[in-house]
Amino acid sequence: MAEHISSVKLYVGIWLALMVFTVLTVFAATLDLGVFNPIVALAIATTKAVLVVLFFMHVKYAHEKLTKLVIVTAIFFFLILLSLTMADYGTRLWT
Amino acid sequence: MATAVLETGERETYLNREYGIKSWLLTVDHKRIALLYLMGITFFFFVGGFFALLIRLELLTPAGDLVQADTYNKLFTMHGQVMIFFFLIPAVPAVLGNFLIPIMIGAKDLAFPRINLLSWYLYIIGGILMVYTILNGGVDTGWTFYTPLSTEFLKTNVVTAALAVFVSGFSSILTGLNFIVTTHRMRAPGMTWNRLPLFVWAHYATSIIQVLGTPVVAIAIVLVALERVLHLGIFNPALGGDPLLFQHLFWFYSHPAVYIMILPGMGIISEIVCCFSRKRVFGYKAMALALLGIAVVGFLVWAHHMFVAGISLYAALIFSFLSYFVAVPSAIKVFNWTSTMYKGSITYQTPMLYAFGFIGLFTIGGLTGLFLACLGIDVHVTDTYFVVAHFHYIMVGGMVMAYLGGMHFWWPKISGRMYPEGWGRLAALLVFVGFNLTFFPQFILGYMGMPRRYWDYSHSPEFQILNVLSTAGATILAVGYLLPMIYFLWSMRYGKPAPDNPWNATGLEWMIPSPPTTYNFEEQPVVTWEAYNYDEVDKRREEVPVAH
Amino acid sequence: MHTSPPATVEGEAHQNPALLHHFATEEQQKNAASLGMWIFLITEIMFFGGMFCAYLVYRFWYFGDFAAGSSSLNLTLGTVNTIVLIGSSLTVAMAVRCAQVGKQKAIVVYLLLTLILGLAFLGIKAKEYKDKFDEHHIPGEAAFHLEGHVPRHPDIPVNQQHAQIYFSLYFAMTGMHALHMIIGVGLFMFLTYKAHKGVYRPGYYTPLENSGLFWHFVDIVWIYLFPLLYLIDRHP
Repeated sequence: MAEHISSVKLYVGIWLALMVFTVLTVFAATLDLGVFNPIVALAIATTKAVLVVLFFMHVKYAHEKLTKLVIVTAIFFFLILLSLTMADYGTRLWT
Repeated sequence: MATAVLETGERETYLNREYGIKSWLLTVDHKRIALLYLMGITFFFFVGGFFALLIRLELLTPAGDLVQADTYNKLFTMHGQVMIFFFLIPAVPAVLGNFLIPIMIGAKDLAFPRINLLSWYLYIIGGILMVYTILNGGVDTGWTFYTPLSTEFLKTNVVTAALAVFVSGFSSILTGLNFIVTTHRMRAPGMTWNRLPLFVWAHYATSIIQVLGTPVVAIAIVLVALERVLHLGIFNPALGGDPLLFQHLFWFYSHPAVYIMILPGMGIISEIVCCFSRKRVFGYKAMALALLGIAVVGFLVWAHHMFVAGISLYAALIFSFLSYFVAVPSAIKVFNWTSTMYKGSITYQTPMLYAFGFIGLFTIGGLTGLFLACLGIDVHVTDTYFVVAHFHYIMVGGMVMAYLGGMHFWWPKISGRMYPEGWGRLAALLVFVGFNLTFFPQFILGYMGMPRRYWDYSHSPEFQILNVLSTAGATILAVGYLLPMIYFLWSMRYGKPAPDNPWNATGLEWMIPSPPTTYNFEEQPVVTWEAYNYDEVDKRREEVPVAH
Repeated sequence: MHTSPPATVEGEAHQNPALLHHFATEEQQKNAASLGMWIFLITEIMFFGGMFCAYLVYRFWYFGDFAAGSSSLNLTLGTVNTIVLIGSSLTVAMAVRCAQVGKQKAIVVYLLLTLILGLAFLGIKAKEYKDKFDEHHIPGEAAFHLEGHVPRHPDIPVNQQHAQIYFSLYFAMTGMHALHMIIGVGLFMFLTYKAHKGVYRPGYYTPLENSGLFWHFVDIVWIYLFPLLYLIDRHP
């Protein structure tokens, strides 16, 4: 089974995008976006992470759905850890 | 088909292919690694059992008169840590899983044989750290390491115990990783997912839990060690930390951990029940999905260990609700095992006796779990002997019986010898009677209000009679466990040589010699039949009578 | 669904020393190694995940003190480190690509670049840690003191205990990350040596690719650590 070989242009392009997002996230941190500051920061971080996973880690060109299933499963259980834990902390002060 | 023969005239097997300690300590043969684990598992089982006996001896009388209070704390802590981390979690996967999974799927070995050996070494290193902890004065945090007791107030060997658990946790993670990759990548032609023995499915589901859950307790332990050594305040309320955060991180793993302990046992029971009922499993797909369902839902319920610890009521409600769901796939399995037996041709060899014991006792344990999932009941019985009885019904009545059933079922394959059936049945009976006598009274004690982890109950002398019964049961149980130790060892020298398939069971492991050769198969098998095709197998046997 | 490989190709097994005995084909071995590395990475997600969970809880509880702690970090160095690490992910991807197309000398060049960038990251991190040490921002030390007030709230002084929890998580998370970087650097030194020996070629670059996956994962952890630790409430 032939492996997909990405072009140099693609890799450099993704890298440039990551640089732009890095600058963007620092810049956004200097703005007062209220409750959106952390949301924007995480959205940018997630976008960067997705670019690394899809292109640098070749998941976009993965032969099997299994690779994506493995990643999604991990993210799912990580989010379970966070959300159900916060279900406790977020509601402790409710009467 | 050439069968290799040694100079002595014996058939070459994985046992006699090479001799010498190096050939064992540097082996990458999954079967030899399984036996290396068997030695460690057995050792720790008896170490943990020894602590249990001391606990039961102390509880014979209401007064704390056998050991001091601190010592008692050490006893139940080390009983728990040793039994959970060094016996229950590794036992079935590392011994039976390692030995059987490659064979059951038609492979020569696991996907990563050297990582398998590394897993064993990590287990041993963790084990050595545990033994050091015990010999250096023990640890008394409770197996649960709750903070800030463990980080701030105890002078005992908390860090070494934590390190022991951490290292053995990596052994567990690597085993799980190995099994997942093996199941995906190493199946022989024709061995589709739908034809896999449920034993393999069970270990696959277990492995998912191992790789996702264990790292979280690992980091929790790292943080506890850092906090203890550097006087941090992450879990210390006096320094702004929350002890419940530790409990969340701890139980996020430790609840799924109980499914790591039981799922492999369920896999064993499926194999045994089908063989000794001469029937295909009822509802193969449901059984496989139930295994996966237990693994997934098991991750959603952890804070039911924290109902009275101080979590919010709303979180408690959510976790209580979710905890009811996790019983459903387990119940499906119990119904399906029972349905498998219905109109089967049942025989009562030792493995089947253990399977019967498992089904009944696991059911009781599971149902009492539902009692605990109910908030109102839990407030009354949490941290009492009711909980102790609940989890021992599952772990000992369920898991240990499954383990023994599996050891008896596959002993002929592993050792090439038959164990003595009469003694096997006697031991199974003693285990069953001893177990129930030990742990049923504890349900009553818990309901009556006897707290767990208390070394002295002189405020309630009415608890004594039930405690005496429990200790008596423990003694019988101990005899029941010692017997197989003795006769398995005896059988290695004097047991009847085992045929390839003493049980006329289905499964690839029964189509190779007992014991197997190092590479399992002469040629890679090609599978064209469904799992548990007992109807076909028995029909073929009828047509061609074979002398047994 | 990925099916099992065909029956043993005996000739291939004997000819290729890189093929381990228990695999039927090179492809099966490669696919097993790949899946193995991905499963390992998800264990790492959960491992770091526990610390992210702790972070989330305490940021929720002690936002102001977390913001104060965050403001005391050197944003320039943090940003530079982010750029350095992402650059090293590019060089790793290029190294793997060179193996895929058979440019063996270039593999070594890109691996060396990766090492340089990786070591640069660690060097900058060490400087940051030293600064924290000099400023007495080490949690648990008797002389700990985070001066000042909660950002944008001049009337609220920093709670020293809560600030120490911030720094505990800062050091635990970046420390664990740095440990993984060090392991990565060691791994890549070994790979550079092997690449120099000409081991990696279009038919065989699995160790390179899988180590690359590890390196990219460590990069992704930093991609999240950077905003979460350095950019809490940095606006006026």
